[in-house]
Amino acid sequence: MAQHLSYEESVSGVWKGLGLLAAVTVVEVLLSLLKAAEFAENIRPLIYVASLLIIALSVYKAYFIIYEFMHMGYEVKGLAMSVLLPTFLLLWALIAFFNEGDAWRKNREKIEFRNEAKAPVAAPVGLLEDVYMLEEVPA
Amino acid sequence: MTEERDTDIIIAEDQKPELNSDWAGGDRKPFRTSYGKLMMWYFLLSDAFTFAGFLIAYGALRFSSPSWPVPDRVFATAPFGINELFPNEQAPLIFVTFMSFLLIISSGTMVRAVQEGARENKRGVVFWMLLTVLGGAGFLGCQAWEWSNLIVKENMTVTTNPFGTYTDNGYYLDPETGERSDEEVVAGETYLLHVAGEVHGGEEEHEGADHFTYSEVPGDYPGYVVDGLQADGTINENAKRFIHRKYVVEEDGAEYVRVQEFGPTAFGALFFGITGFHGFHVATGVIFLLIILINAGSGVYTARMNGYEMVEKIGLYWHFVDLVWVFVFLVFYLL
Repeated sequence: MAQHLSYEESVSGVWKGLGLLAAVTVVEVLLSLLKAAEFAENIRPLIYVASLLIIALSVYKAYFIIYEFMHMGYEVKGLAMSVLLPTFLLLWALIAFFNEGDAWRKNREKIEFRNEAKAPVAAPVGLLEDVYMLEEVPA
Repeated sequence: MTEERDTDIIIAEDQKPELNSDWAGGDRKPFRTSYGKLMMWYFLLSDAFTFAGFLIAYGALRFSSPSWPVPDRVFATAPFGINELFPNEQAPLIFVTFMSFLLIISSGTMVRAVQEGARENKRGVVFWMLLTVLGGAGFLGCQAWEWSNLIVKENMTVTTNPFGTYTDNGYYLDPETGERSDEEVVAGETYLLHVAGEVHGGEEEHEGADHFTYSEVPGDYPGYVVDGLQADGTINENAKRFIHRKYVVEEDGAEYVRVQEFGPTAFGALFFGITGFHGFHVATGVIFLLIILINAGSGVYTARMNGYEMVEKIGLYWHFVDLVWVFVFLVFYLL
């Protein structure tokens, strides 16, 4: 518990924290609606900045919940580190799997491109050189 | 976190000999906390890895997909016709924001219950835990409505995702004549495939041509396709008759006819799987809150004189459920 705070202080702290979380959530939703708005469709940087801000605000919310509501800030450092440090392993999982997902998408596009292309029927006599060239035909 | 606070804790605990006997064989508790709280933290750590596994799978599949349904379009419904107050009857993210608030507020009332527990105030604990239970139950009710709306009205299942997204700009074909119309198709915009014969409020009028009724018989029509026709020409009676409108896109000077496709298949499985697993946590949380609420009310924890530690432990779990929702909300609804 928050030993250094009086009862009244810790009670008002809860409502302040609640207000903070609610305000952050509203800002997140507004940013999300902004980046999906029609005028934002062609402004890539706006979408990236809004997305990054939303992610940063969510991480801040997570930090606040863990450190204030779950009182991690008032536990000894060893406990906090033994719980929090292992989660940093996930950072690598994020990088590796998102990168892998992106590679799947590229492979899929490559396969679709190949399926749309087809080899021409071989010439009656012998094989011409251009048999080996893939020719694109309209879908 | 500061040295001063650590020392305070040690002094406080040295004066409570009964806490030192929690762990047999040692006279100092690891991390100066109780066995129960420490184990709750490690359970939550393992649970965080489970959720992280799910969410990372979601991310990988989303990255692997050429398009992804836009959340503002998918989650634009609300109960009691609230969405009808908005333009085009679309209330983007309004309902899920309300759900988030319910969970955040119930987290706040949980902290209040823990604080009252530390003061050994039985009535306070019961009152604030009751509000927490109401918040959790309200969230579950909202989720039940959201799910049933998606399943019954919008025909989304674990394997069918009627929310597709255009990847090219173009124009719709008139559903009746198959001629190119002035109705625009915009890349990046998400559409919902309707099932033939089902009424969708005013939406039909916005999307289709005026007063046009789509055929309910499976087949290939001039301006649209109705699902259910098999390769051998027979009709599959079990197939849901989704209507796919046709549209033209221009590419390298030539025009190609495209048909509205289903969205990425994984979307439904990921959505129902992950929000379902979270909802399951909320449901178990509500049950345990109720059990501990009843125990607290009947004076079990007053007798223990340990500052209602059990309330602290369920509090940790409840905040974790809120914490997971922060990330579920982030990836499914905000991004």
